[in-house]
Amino acid sequence: MSDKNIFDEMWGNDDVLRDPYSEFQSWFQGEDLKRLRAKQREAEEVFRLAGITFNVYGRAEAEERLIPFDIIPRIIAGREWQKLCKGIEQRVRAINAFLHDIYNRQEIIKAGRVPQEMIAKNEAFLPQMIGMTPPGGVYTHIVGIDLVRTGPDQFYVLEDNARTPSGVSYMLENRETMLQMFPELFSRNRVQPVQNYPTNLRRSLAACAPPACEGTPTVAVLTPGIYNSAYYEHAFLADQMGVELVEGHDLRVVNGRVAMRTTHGYKPIDVLYRRIDDDFLDPLNFNPESALGVPGIMDVYRAGGITIANAPGTGIADDKAIYSYMPDIVEFYTGEKAILENVPTWRCSEPDSLAYVLDNLAELVVKEVHGSGGYGMLIGPTSSKKEIEEFRKKLTARPGNYIAQPTLALSTVPIFTKTGLAPRHVDLRPFVLCSPEGIDITPGGLTRVALEKGSLVVNSSQGGGTKDTWVLED
Amino acid sequence: MLGKTANGLYWMSRYLERAENTSRLVETGQRIGLTRLGHDDDEWASVMRSASVLAGYEEHHDEVTKDAAINWMLREKANPASVLSTISEARQNARMVRTALTHEVWEAINGCYMAVKDALARKVSERDLPAVLGLIRQRTALVRGATHGTMLRNEIYDFTRTGTFLERADATARILDVKYYVLLPSAFAVGSSIDNVHWETILRSVSARGGFRMAYGSQVNARDIAQFLILDKRMPRSLNFCATKIHNNLSYLGADYDTPPQSSLMSKALVDRFMNHDIEAVFDYGLHEYIQTVLSMLSKLGQQIEKDYRFYE
Repeated sequence: MSDKNIFDEMWGNDDVLRDPYSEFQSWFQGEDLKRLRAKQREAEEVFRLAGITFNVYGRAEAEERLIPFDIIPRIIAGREWQKLCKGIEQRVRAINAFLHDIYNRQEIIKAGRVPQEMIAKNEAFLPQMIGMTPPGGVYTHIVGIDLVRTGPDQFYVLEDNARTPSGVSYMLENRETMLQMFPELFSRNRVQPVQNYPTNLRRSLAACAPPACEGTPTVAVLTPGIYNSAYYEHAFLADQMGVELVEGHDLRVVNGRVAMRTTHGYKPIDVLYRRIDDDFLDPLNFNPESALGVPGIMDVYRAGGITIANAPGTGIADDKAIYSYMPDIVEFYTGEKAILENVPTWRCSEPDSLAYVLDNLAELVVKEVHGSGGYGMLIGPTSSKKEIEEFRKKLTARPGNYIAQPTLALSTVPIFTKTGLAPRHVDLRPFVLCSPEGIDITPGGLTRVALEKGSLVVNSSQGGGTKDTWVLED
Repeated sequence: MLGKTANGLYWMSRYLERAENTSRLVETGQRIGLTRLGHDDDEWASVMRSASVLAGYEEHHDEVTKDAAINWMLREKANPASVLSTISEARQNARMVRTALTHEVWEAINGCYMAVKDALARKVSERDLPAVLGLIRQRTALVRGATHGTMLRNEIYDFTRTGTFLERADATARILDVKYYVLLPSAFAVGSSIDNVHWETILRSVSARGGFRMAYGSQVNARDIAQFLILDKRMPRSLNFCATKIHNNLSYLGADYDTPPQSSLMSKALVDRFMNHDIEAVFDYGLHEYIQTVLSMLSKLGQQIEKDYRFYE
């Protein structure tokens, strides 16, 4: 069918139909392409009408765009998923333990497993969090682990998202849309549900209520507002959880609590699921220019008056420079080898690694340590000589700002094109909830797909799309 | 409920109502223009005055023409009261209060915005105008239907209704303010063809021709029109009807408070002092003065609602 070095999740490496796709394939063979083309258009209409859009930054007029949705589900077998879950759970536990350690006794530094300067000089490290343990001991209430696959049993963690991972609304809306459009496909496959996510999220947040909470915890979602690129998701989650969606100017500190302005006066909030960055959270403690946050919220937080989810300062755990230490971090806190592998990573801050990277730029992917969204990165194999040379200058000027990884042969899954199915590269972001009650991983996640043939960039800001992700009951 | 949410619901409804009122005035202007002789452009100045958009128009144009007036009222971005501007604003407010709306209401508003934006992407030719105005009417009606059929009768609903009727009362009062002279007793007896045109304009501006016929028969006169648009309890755009609805909704909202908010008292005063008379009393008071007083009370009431329910602080 295609390149034998690339693992296709439907056809494997040898064009033999893989189990999870057997029901799908027999359904697809009975389908008419014309009907499916109409369905593809219908899906787009559903998304547009529901306003499931993201705003594009850097344009004069705030523009709302659809993330392209592909109607072919990505299918994962139950047993494959269970294995992944073990690895994810282990990793998330380690991340929480790491954060507690870093902001308290710093044993891992004393043990020499992570160098002091990785922390001290890191912008994501928040001195305001030193000596503080958040309610329930939870730092990362919501985590998204980005995974890529290269073979039947080979998954790698591409990055951890421990700050404010987004995309979960797409996981839910994609499923909703598929249920509406292809009910017969769901009758033929036993697909594990994702719809409990909002209920679980609310329960999980409520379980981390602060000491000052009396009675049933009041939860709210904090958004930067309607012009934020992920506003749709913020509103969606607040709606699905049945909690208020607030902005900074709805909140103020009243009697030692963070309270929201209601039509009946100020009412205290116990747990704030914030979707704004640390820097904007509190103009008194962080960026004084921020109009998005709440002046004094950090003081209330430290005094046990509110739970902030995720905790401020969690960025120190998902920083791309820290990423390369994750296997050590997992082992240090769990006493076990990491179940999920890291992608081999060269830290350009180290002279030997930098020399190697500079010699092999054409083969490597180079990323900014603090970058996201697929901006500011180099994909060696698909870049021109000129692009590589330009990047070389940036890299030499600030090597500590970059890490490099080999170009992985990301797995492909079929997408629907005008002429039928065609393989495209994908990644996967499962969503994980942490609370004192335990760790909950929703069976599914966000599959991002590079819609252009051969492309490895799956970011929605760079022309990627999404798919519904199925985990089957075995 | 958040003060911001109350604010968003209230303004979402006001803007939707405003869009509808503006498109209805365009329809009236177009219709009158087609059926009478001469003085077309004067009529458009008066139409724009009724929609309170004439001052803005004059800042951007040297003379009043039909095409420019229609364009200004329907799709000009520089005109904050154009149909396109108000429907965009309604949708922005709806996005802000997305969590307070049912799925159906949100989709109806978003669908309304998408369809109207599309229809008003280019200048509307005379030939397409009836279809475009019909589309606006249908799309806004769909939002109202979804609101009516799917929203809980709670404070969310009360704020949308308060916004709707405050805007509507204001619109009807402004139309009367511009045309009050043709309803004065001195104009009573005549019933010339010019009078008939004026009267028809007023009735069309508030979608009341059919309603008026049903209530009063086919014999049109100024006194009955004034009675119908100001005091009638059945006519959904009359000042009395709107003021009563505003007061009812503010009463539901105020019931949760130990002492009724100031705005509830103000709406009660508006109904008690200005809506419980017969039309002769209004003429004795002075029609123009009466309308001016009601307009000013509506404006103060709007400001008080913003304070009472903490829209901004």
